[in-house]
Amino acid sequence: MALSIWQSMQQKGYSRRDFLQFCTAAAVMAGLDRSAGAQVASVFEKKEKPAVVWMHFQECTCCSESFIRASHPIVVDALLDVMSLNYTETLMAASGFQAEKSLNDTIQNNKGKYIVLVEGAVPTGADGVYCMIGGKTAESILQTVAKDAAAVVAWGSCASNGCVQAAKPNPTGATPIHKLINKPVINVPGCPPIADVMMAVVTHLLVLGQIPALDSLGRPKEFYGRRVHDTCYRRPNYDAGLFVESFDDENARKGYCLYKMGCRGPVTYNACSVTKWNEGTSYPIQSGHGCIGCSEEGFWDNGPFYQHLASFPGFGIESTADTIGIDVGVATLAGVAAHAVVTNIRKQKVIAEVHAEEHTQVPAGK
Amino acid sequence: MTASRINARTAPAAVFPPLAEHPVEYRRVYVWELPVRVYHWINAVTLVLLCISGYIIGAPIRAFYAAEAYQQYWFGWVRFIHFVCAFVYVFNFAARIYWGFNSNKYARWNAFFPLTRAQRQEMVDVFKADVLQTKLHGPISTGHNAVAGFVYFFTFLAFVAQTITGFALYSSMSNSWLPRMFTWIVPLMGGEASVRSWHHLLLWFFVSFIIIHIYLAFYHDYIEGRGTISSIVGGWKFEREKQDD
Repeated sequence: MALSIWQSMQQKGYSRRDFLQFCTAAAVMAGLDRSAGAQVASVFEKKEKPAVVWMHFQECTCCSESFIRASHPIVVDALLDVMSLNYTETLMAASGFQAEKSLNDTIQNNKGKYIVLVEGAVPTGADGVYCMIGGKTAESILQTVAKDAAAVVAWGSCASNGCVQAAKPNPTGATPIHKLINKPVINVPGCPPIADVMMAVVTHLLVLGQIPALDSLGRPKEFYGRRVHDTCYRRPNYDAGLFVESFDDENARKGYCLYKMGCRGPVTYNACSVTKWNEGTSYPIQSGHGCIGCSEEGFWDNGPFYQHLASFPGFGIESTADTIGIDVGVATLAGVAAHAVVTNIRKQKVIAEVHAEEHTQVPAGK
Repeated sequence: MTASRINARTAPAAVFPPLAEHPVEYRRVYVWELPVRVYHWINAVTLVLLCISGYIIGAPIRAFYAAEAYQQYWFGWVRFIHFVCAFVYVFNFAARIYWGFNSNKYARWNAFFPLTRAQRQEMVDVFKADVLQTKLHGPISTGHNAVAGFVYFFTFLAFVAQTITGFALYSSMSNSWLPRMFTWIVPLMGGEASVRSWHHLLLWFFVSFIIIHIYLAFYHDYIEGRGTISSIVGGWKFEREKQDD
């Protein structure tokens, strides 16, 4: 019998107080009341450490970097200790055959019980040769680990929607994992996702043993239910029509809305303006820079970042819906004007013809 | 109006052939019933307001600057106008679709499709009148001409596209059932940024449509000479009496 969460924490030298603090924080993270901490504690005294594998495919490890910077150190430390993180390329001490064995053992011994966290997209082009680990393609590894998993979490935009690898022309055929496996996937997009959001998703799985409520794109509703714009502290400036016109103007100093600077807040679903980043210090808009919409699908292709309207595909880098539209409008006006000129040139002839037609039916013999 | 007055006032005598004592007679035809005219003008007003407010939402003008946000709400009002007009526009359009099955023959649904041989022949006439300019006078059609009707059908498709993308963008700000019906459009089109681009591009379709529509209304008023312009206010047009000859 594997150790329970409480037993394993004791082994690692945590006090009973640390354990209870962790249980309370975990209850809150999972969306329960603080008073549910006692119930969580009684469950964690018996519950086995969940086995976790953290896969890294086409990614930059910014999700891992973000995760270890969560604002509640006790929770993130405990989480990393509480979870039995059996396989993760970047952090594990083992390598080579040892590492492979660890992954295989985890899958074999925890069928239907282990959690899979995936960081990175999976390349499907050229039979998947663009990302191979231990001689196997990312896709075949993903299929193997996902098959018997209790839950699959897609960390970050790469795993959720492809991110920069899937930007046009997507040479490696980078594909988000929910398109490859036949199982519900918890998408936690962002480049990277907010540390506290990642932690809360893992805690939710740990405490409640079930997938949190997801929206139609598979994102946890509690963090991706609202747009950055709707919860932004600069929103009143938007409604008042007070906009930054240039990053170095007086309006920027006054903290007006960054809408005209290309802020993607109005089209981006994330919790940035609520939880903020780096222990709640700030977030991009608070630092005076617009949101680039990093948690939205295809955000790399909806650029330029500093322009409100995206450039329109097929009409050159700088052309937006507006530049095309104005060209169309001007061409229409020119066409209409030319038509009017031509009509007027023939005016005398038309008048003569009309009069001839309508007034010359002279009865015979008149 | 007597023949001599026309002659005296509008043209030098040398240009025109001698006038008949019995000029061509016209009779009044009630073409656009009240619901059609009401639809047209509600549509016209809301469409213009939607185009202007929509453009401003996409590219806010630099105006009414003050120190603090609580002192004003002008951009909020622009958006409010856009949303109110959008709802009026949609319900007005829905009413027009209903009326398309109850109206007189001129505004009926089948006026918008070139289903008959006569309509297809009329398309050739319109092409001669509008594009080649070889037929510069004489009646073409009492209701919508066949080309106009078919173009309006495509405009209705643009209405629908604009309604769908508009409600899809609006759905994230609303709990009302109507916009919520369109939430699925956003992931289908690859996120809100993409929906917004298409919604914005279609604005320019409407701008072009308005320019061409107004011009051609005046043009046909001129070449057909039977009150095309006034018909959308009063509903009446003029049709030539059948000649005996």
